[in-house]
Amino acid sequence: MSIIKINNLSKCYRIGAQEEGYSTIREAIMKGITAPFRNFAKLQKLTKFKNNQEEEDMIWALKDISLEVEKGEVLGIIGRNGSGKTTLLKILSSITSPTKGLAELHGRVSSLLEVGTGFHPELTGRENIFLNGAILGMKKKEIKKSFDDIVAFSEIGKFIDTPVKRYSNGMWVRLAFAVAAYLQPEILLIDEVLAVGDIAFQKKCLGRTKEAAKGGRTVLFVSHNMGAVRSLCQKAIWLDKGQIIKKGEVNEVVRDYERVQMNEVNQSSSFNKRDLKDIKNSNFYISSVEMINSRGEKTTLFRYNDKINLIVNFNGVLQADRYSLEFHIYNELGQLVSQGISGFYHGKYFSNETKNASIEIGPLALTSGKYRILLKVMTRTAQADIWENAIGFDIIECQPFATSWEMSTLREGTCVIQHSFKELKKDN
Amino acid sequence: MKTIIKPKKGLSSLDFKELWSYRELFYFFAWRDIKLRYKQTILGIVWAILQPFLTMVVFTVIFGRLADMPSDNIPYPIFVYAGLLLWNIFSSSLNHISQSIIRNAAIIQKVYLPRVILPAASMIVSFVDFLFAGFIFIGIMIFYKFMPNFTGLLLLPLLFIIIILISLGLGWFLAAFNVKYRDIHYALPFFIQLLIFITPVIYPISIVPKAYQWVLALNPMTGVIESFKAGFLGTMPINWSSLAISAGVSIVFFIFGLAYFLKAEKTFADVL
Repeated sequence: MSIIKINNLSKCYRIGAQEEGYSTIREAIMKGITAPFRNFAKLQKLTKFKNNQEEEDMIWALKDISLEVEKGEVLGIIGRNGSGKTTLLKILSSITSPTKGLAELHGRVSSLLEVGTGFHPELTGRENIFLNGAILGMKKKEIKKSFDDIVAFSEIGKFIDTPVKRYSNGMWVRLAFAVAAYLQPEILLIDEVLAVGDIAFQKKCLGRTKEAAKGGRTVLFVSHNMGAVRSLCQKAIWLDKGQIIKKGEVNEVVRDYERVQMNEVNQSSSFNKRDLKDIKNSNFYISSVEMINSRGEKTTLFRYNDKINLIVNFNGVLQADRYSLEFHIYNELGQLVSQGISGFYHGKYFSNETKNASIEIGPLALTSGKYRILLKVMTRTAQADIWENAIGFDIIECQPFATSWEMSTLREGTCVIQHSFKELKKDN
Repeated sequence: MKTIIKPKKGLSSLDFKELWSYRELFYFFAWRDIKLRYKQTILGIVWAILQPFLTMVVFTVIFGRLADMPSDNIPYPIFVYAGLLLWNIFSSSLNHISQSIIRNAAIIQKVYLPRVILPAASMIVSFVDFLFAGFIFIGIMIFYKFMPNFTGLLLLPLLFIIIILISLGLGWFLAAFNVKYRDIHYALPFFIQLLIFITPVIYPISIVPKAYQWVLALNPMTGVIESFKAGFLGTMPINWSSLAISAGVSIVFFIFGLAYFLKAEKTFADVL
């Protein structure tokens, strides 16, 4: 029996119209006077849609999605930022309503679009467990029953009666996860939340999610982490521009998706501006990125052992006081080569005032081939922005050893590990 | 349990069964607001007392002494404090409610809950403030050796209901309007400041020419405050027709506000 049935579901958003500049004083004054009227019309338009009429500032976040999910199935949802993954979960959890179409869900639904929703820094861990649990739809009785387990899972121990503003980042996330882990819905919708914990804790949560799936729970799992998708899900759908590109067995879908990602980057451009259509859901976003070599020249061409300098520019208002910046490097086979996280690896967090940052990457122990870089902004609780195909680069020469033998990704792997050969003298 | 999701047109209907199942969350939100109200302040709950008390002192000096405002033959501090007590429930409720949706934006965007409960829960804290301010009222009356008319307290539940209806009605409207048009944030404090002058808080309604009294009566807080002063302080017989107008207007406010909120609610998550 299908526990979720989705029929031609569509959702239309209106993107906020761009402000136009003005050039003369007279114009500026006129615009100033008429501004209230224009603002009113603009704001009013945000929620008004004429029937079936396409307008230029309208975006179909989802278009004619049809899908059936069986009971006990764990379905992965993958796709680039802005492809409609989160919108789909928001509609299924009744947070927002569709523009067209119909969905039927048979069973109690919980959505985890963020961990620690409603957490208040001034309240203690204990108080926040109750508040957050209630917000996620748990009854007070249920929370009381699971309370000791939640505390144990979170590993918070004696700090349970301390205001959470005194918690470290890790403690905060663990507590938030622990509450979510004890939700008992029949249908669970999860959006990219596993990405905020540290690695060990992520594993623990993945384990718990797996267990839940075994217990007959139906899970819809949105993630950019292809490893997690592969290990959790049997089936997956790939969304792009609000439509299902492919659905089926998880390994097939993920493989095709990763292949296409590689061809999306403009490999020769050392300065990439963000396509605004990409970021309609983010308040705070990466607006552009620039690639510079160690001599300060703009380029995307590097040699083995060179260093990359990425200049990352941000825009918008962050809904938190600080953020962690991340990069992932993929090779031309779509494999994750390596990654960097300012928060977890370096304890380096940027204040929400920081609108420009640089990342030095290297020396690049990489073989020659094409690479792409993904950039991500994480707050303590959620992903603020992700740019899958931020920028690409080529390693054009890789002759790390004594001869001029050229090492390339396709032939000899991605990484260069230093090594040496020696003959051992035979002991007589 | 079966959920059908489809486009929402017009008013979303109120699902009373669902509201009832969310009563614990309502309680948690109210509890959170009360708990956080005076966190990280030096005087804490004293603020709930200090605010109306100092306002009373200032009004007494300016209007009672300097302007020699009539106060229906009872000490001016008692007269003005009685009005402020009820006025403050209304004004602080309106402030809290109008910000309630914006302040909980993060929750609304990430979790489903019947949104009508957020504004409603945010006004509970005003009643807690009222309780504390009420103790001071007793002190002031003892100080002036003033004997109130205790049967007038029987009126209080009815007056509370009217205040809740107006605050919620107006508040629902403002909270929903505020989501799209953030002007409310700037306009409301100013509006409330002016509104107190067309409500008989600092002056008795008897000094207003008879021909204009109906204008004041359209402001539902007029009937509420006049009735409280008349009933509890015994300044004059209760004007039941004025109270009936207040009740009627407040019901209209309530229905209109709720309808507007329910219509706007379905796009909250998209616009916030």
